[in-house]
Amino acid sequence: MARVVAVIASTHHPFYYRASTSTGEDRPPFADEWVRKVEAFRETLTRANPDVLVMVGSDHFHQLWLDNMPQFLVGKAPMYDANWYNEEREFGLPRLVCKGQEDLSAYILREGLDAGFDLAFSNELRIDHSITCPIITLRPQNDLPIVPVYTNIFAPPLPRPKRFVELGRTIRQLVESWPSDKRVAIIGTGHLSLELGGPRQFGPHGPDPEFDRRAVEWISTGDIEGCLSEVTLDSLHAPGNATHGFMDFMLMMGVAGDGRKADYVDTYDLFHTMEAYFTWYPNGGGR
Amino acid sequence: MSKYLLNKFLYTVDRDPDLVERYREDPRGTVEWWESEYANRILNCHGGERSTWLAFEENERAALASHDYPALFDLGAHPFLTLTLFIAMFERDYDEPLGFQLEYARRLSDRKLPYPDIAT
Repeated sequence: MARVVAVIASTHHPFYYRASTSTGEDRPPFADEWVRKVEAFRETLTRANPDVLVMVGSDHFHQLWLDNMPQFLVGKAPMYDANWYNEEREFGLPRLVCKGQEDLSAYILREGLDAGFDLAFSNELRIDHSITCPIITLRPQNDLPIVPVYTNIFAPPLPRPKRFVELGRTIRQLVESWPSDKRVAIIGTGHLSLELGGPRQFGPHGPDPEFDRRAVEWISTGDIEGCLSEVTLDSLHAPGNATHGFMDFMLMMGVAGDGRKADYVDTYDLFHTMEAYFTWYPNGGGR
Repeated sequence: MSKYLLNKFLYTVDRDPDLVERYREDPRGTVEWWESEYANRILNCHGGERSTWLAFEENERAALASHDYPALFDLGAHPFLTLTLFIAMFERDYDEPLGFQLEYARRLSDRKLPYPDIAT
């Protein structure tokens, strides 16, 4: 069976690419430290020596739209073009092409349906920065096949937080039951507190540093029960109007496992939002 | 109320470089054209299979036609869509990094929780 060699949860900050590649007067003062932190985080994936990446993210109204909106969707395609005109325009993100691990996509879809998740699928999916940001930060050589998994954290009605945790647990089980000798890393990105298009946006810190502190504690200690006891669809409005993206972190806590402390934790307090990086090695992987 | 149609306007304009410029330069004319020609397009269908029932409320039409993003916030337009499109149109007019984004926050600064419902 396949092995899960690393579980990684991260914020996806679309400004990283531009900040890290800018030079001279254009280079922001926080860029060097940000690059240092991202390169250290990258090493946690590199040392796990994965063959395949399962990538959990959320389309930002690029390909998925309100006339036909899935809650959870798995890409099943041999290739994925990536990044969109408005991401090039606003963030300077480059266009990418990723290979797909289509047999694992098929396995997750078939077994996921049988496990009680009515997963949507796409045979032609152009992925966005929720998946390409971690490729840029964690695997910039973009040499590994992927299985993209999209969640709806964006267009209400949304699935509840517990459903994200349960899907994470199921993805972990499915990957570990995939009849393959591949080494799989499961990577998911979301947000801590975040405001977009509201009065608290683009402040000197994330809109709710106290929420961020507690969120990092929940994630790094694997405190799924504590997190679920306090986080609801309603409560997530308070830390910032885009904070429902935290549910992708909750999904990744489900992947990592109840009570499973992260093996690597780092954060970076930036303007606008706090960066947060977590890695788990389920079976002492990467060693 | 037609939050869906507001969002459809923002979404379809934001993803088209020509429409972004057209809406920046001529908001009222673009909104009139869009409501007449585009509002009832089903996005993955040919023109013979249009919808027949989609139209703006007057206050929605007025908010779009005047680039009034605080009003769009109040009407429950999806804030990510509004922000992204308005950055595309107006960030260029500010000298400081994030100048427009901070102005945007300032103009919304009297809005308190709970924000308008964005469910469609």
